[in-house]
Amino acid sequence: MIPKKNNTKDFIKCLPKNIFSGFVVSLIALPLGLGLAMASDAPPIAGIIAAIVGGIVVSILGGSHVTIVGPGNGLVGVLLVAVSSLGLESAYVAIMCSGVLLLLLGFFRMGTLADFFPSSAIQGMLAAIGLIILGKQFHIMLAHKIKRNDTIDYLIEIPYTINDAIHYGNKGLIFAALAGIISLSIMLFYSKIRNKYLQLIPAPMWIVILSIGFSYYFEFGLHEANPIAKEYMISGVPAIQQIIADLSFPSFNGIWSFSFLGSVLALTLISSIETLLSIKAVDKLDPEKRRSNVNRDLKALGLATVGSGLLGGLNVVTVIARSSVNVNNGATNRSSNFFHALFLVIFIVFFSTQLTRIPLPALMAILVYTGYKLASPDIITKMFSIGKEQLFIFFITLLVTLKIGLITGILAGVIATLIIHIIINKSAGLFLRNVLKPNVLMFKEYDDTHTFYVSVKHFCSFLNYFRLKKQLDTVPEDQDVIVDFSLCEFVDDTVMENIHNYQELFAKRGGHFDVIGLDKLDTASEHPFALRRILTVPKIIKKNLTRRQTSMEVLAEDYNLTYNSKKDKAPSFLNNFLFFNTKKINHIYNELSHKNSDISLFDIEFSEGEFIAKEVIRTTMLHIDLKQSIPEFTLDREGFLEKVYAFAGFKDIPIENHSDFSNRFYLLGENETGIAKFFNDDITRFFESNPYYHVESNGNALLIFGRERLASVKEIKALFDFGKRLNEVIKTSL
Amino acid sequence: MSLKHFDSIGIGVAFSPNLKANLFEAARLSVFFKAKLFLIHVGEASEEKAKTLHSTLKIFEKDNIDYELVFKTGNPVDVILSISEENNIDLLILGAVQRERILKYYVGSIARKITRQAKCSVLLLIKPSIDRIPCDHIVVNGLKDPKTEQTILSAFYVAKKLKANTVTIVEEINQDEVSVKVNDDKSLRKVTILKERIEHRENSRVKDVISHIPEKYAKDIAIKLQPIFGKKGYSIGHYAQISRADLLIMNAPSKMTFWDRLFPHDIEHILTELPTDVLILQ
Repeated sequence: MIPKKNNTKDFIKCLPKNIFSGFVVSLIALPLGLGLAMASDAPPIAGIIAAIVGGIVVSILGGSHVTIVGPGNGLVGVLLVAVSSLGLESAYVAIMCSGVLLLLLGFFRMGTLADFFPSSAIQGMLAAIGLIILGKQFHIMLAHKIKRNDTIDYLIEIPYTINDAIHYGNKGLIFAALAGIISLSIMLFYSKIRNKYLQLIPAPMWIVILSIGFSYYFEFGLHEANPIAKEYMISGVPAIQQIIADLSFPSFNGIWSFSFLGSVLALTLISSIETLLSIKAVDKLDPEKRRSNVNRDLKALGLATVGSGLLGGLNVVTVIARSSVNVNNGATNRSSNFFHALFLVIFIVFFSTQLTRIPLPALMAILVYTGYKLASPDIITKMFSIGKEQLFIFFITLLVTLKIGLITGILAGVIATLIIHIIINKSAGLFLRNVLKPNVLMFKEYDDTHTFYVSVKHFCSFLNYFRLKKQLDTVPEDQDVIVDFSLCEFVDDTVMENIHNYQELFAKRGGHFDVIGLDKLDTASEHPFALRRILTVPKIIKKNLTRRQTSMEVLAEDYNLTYNSKKDKAPSFLNNFLFFNTKKINHIYNELSHKNSDISLFDIEFSEGEFIAKEVIRTTMLHIDLKQSIPEFTLDREGFLEKVYAFAGFKDIPIENHSDFSNRFYLLGENETGIAKFFNDDITRFFESNPYYHVESNGNALLIFGRERLASVKEIKALFDFGKRLNEVIKTSL
Repeated sequence: MSLKHFDSIGIGVAFSPNLKANLFEAARLSVFFKAKLFLIHVGEASEEKAKTLHSTLKIFEKDNIDYELVFKTGNPVDVILSISEENNIDLLILGAVQRERILKYYVGSIARKITRQAKCSVLLLIKPSIDRIPCDHIVVNGLKDPKTEQTILSAFYVAKKLKANTVTIVEEINQDEVSVKVNDDKSLRKVTILKERIEHRENSRVKDVISHIPEKYAKDIAIKLQPIFGKKGYSIGHYAQISRADLLIMNAPSKMTFWDRLFPHDIEHILTELPTDVLILQ
């Protein structure tokens, strides 16, 4: 249990960090807000208004810690329908009504709503939303505006648009399409380039900066008009005075029509699902491992949505990409959300005329990338590896959503899942008889261990997962839990996925989460999330080793090491390192270790950020188990970025009499005196005279790595040698 | 607090493949409790039937078994209920039905009606067996209910007679007693503290009940307390199942209305899925 802290003091201490991350987030929020609003056929400023109102209201009243709110990509599909069928005025009223419903969901503690949908159906729905965004904006990105009634038609016409774009004769259109293509390539390749100065500004902001720069270059450099066609520039970003002047009381005429109610329901459903999924994902990234108050957040978002609709903005939801950027830039509490809103206000007040210099295709490229990420082929391969039936559910939801609508789509997904579960088990009775039974039992074992024991009966699927969740949520994450499925006949992939999330969460917060009783249930695929039932399909996949792997094997033989190429999905020994606090470890592999020593070297794959801000990084690391305790610290090379971070409240610890070391290295940690003592002459000299590595201590082990990419065989040798010598230096000096 | 001994035991007899196992279970119990056994058959009396029953129970004659055959025609439910009342039967034994293929047991419609209406205690057996399966672990409810003290006392009486060595008293605590809802870390901390306090309170209440149990019944029996936050009547069955209890002892429900059957609670949950042998005490 976390002890109570001095809140005000901590808050002020963390303020600079939060202002900094709020600023970085606002750099993404600005282009995304403009783009999402335009994709929804609303005026561009509507997205910014949503982010501002949301940021202010939710940061004050919300219940989560490091989330960012604003206009959501999931809502584009619904808003598009709402705006086109109701008109903009009534669409704002619909937004306000959905805000009221969201408020009610919060009051009725419906934060569990998203748990009632099978994960494959949600994936299918999100992919459909991605295709809706991608299909529509792709044409604008290539400066080929078209208007069709059906979303599928937009997708079918993509090849024609590409063909047209190749044969453009008009210079305005060529430049517009080029702006789109360059912007798309920035989005695509940004995460591949790991340069810290480049990464300081998020990709969407690069697009904005470059396109505004381009326009100024033509105006002042060449004294020419901007060559991009007029109709492909952002229009109508009003000044702040105009927004205030345009305020009018919403008209409630025609709100009893069927399409209006449908829009309100769809807006509420999608915004709650998107919010709940995002909060769940962000909670896993929170470095302080806090738990969000979902219902309180829903209430705050509802209120913010009402306010946003009143001021002419879009729905306010919790957004995953911006939140993960927020966490990665060191945000610690809700104030960063507030500052992100504040910076947006500053942008609008001072730079609203500059915004009209951004070409539409450039902005739409950001959205095309977002859409692609939502519907990326990776999702389909992941679905397929979980099981073929998941792919079926996924496509049913996807197609129905595209063809008819979001609510019908997700309902179709739920029904398809249910039917498939019945077919797989060859029994509807299993579900009908037991769905209403309180099938989850949890108790604290009253012996020495005080373990929480959870037993689940009959079946556990998306239908009754909320019962299991309700029990699991009452367990503090630093405790031990055993979930026993041995009385279950069927466990579905939605539950397996959620259980996996709990396991990660407990591992990060120092508890243990074990699952037993699944061995008697069998799966059709090897994926850990595959649904489980009684059946036998043995499957053996044999993989060949790559060239790097064989050379590592040879190296292992030369140096008398043991080599293991297998993936270890849950390397728990890495969880206590500060470096992984905001990162998600996927797996470690290619492990080299000494038989009798505590040094091991391995390749690791981890991811940073979520969704469009997600970057998967593979690198090689060295782990030394010191078998004794040393202070926790992080050591890295000193650079420009660290100077920036220093502004944001991180402090470098100076080591006396070693100004060279202090100048060249950047040393971080809480226990300053302990660290200063630990870095004695021997150790400091060792670092001064050896190549740079990022070195981190978690109290009793060291983690050492060089660049954020896989090491070559030569670099592996160097790293191994460095670790060995460092280990000896520490051993002799302590 | 007075203990009601089981002086007469009744069992419904049907000439099914299970007959021998049922009779053996009933006979063994009547030997353990030194009770008179009533074999109730719904149907015409015949020499042949009586002969079968006599020959089956011959093996228990060395244990001085005292038994009586009762034949009567009519509606099975009414017949069994009326005969148990006429003969002042203290304990009625009923067999459960196994759901096909899987190891799940439930109480059939006739047995269910009898259970609901019986004025005596009822023992529901899931797997009657010819050889004795020892009864080691008994789970009994420790609900906050006026009947509970009596039930726990009877549980120890039964445990002594059946030579069980562990009795677990399960205190089912309604989730509603925890007035705070878990939202975030702060409320979670509150809930954890509140739950500990409730568990403490329940444990001390049950310990008080145990202290009143006569030495002769409680001697040599390990007593465990297990508070559980969950649905009344259902979670105790679930617990009995996972703790592999041999017998579950529960209070009889206070009253039974139409609504209780539609929205099952307490005992009704147990009847639809028997976790183990269940003794419902009147």
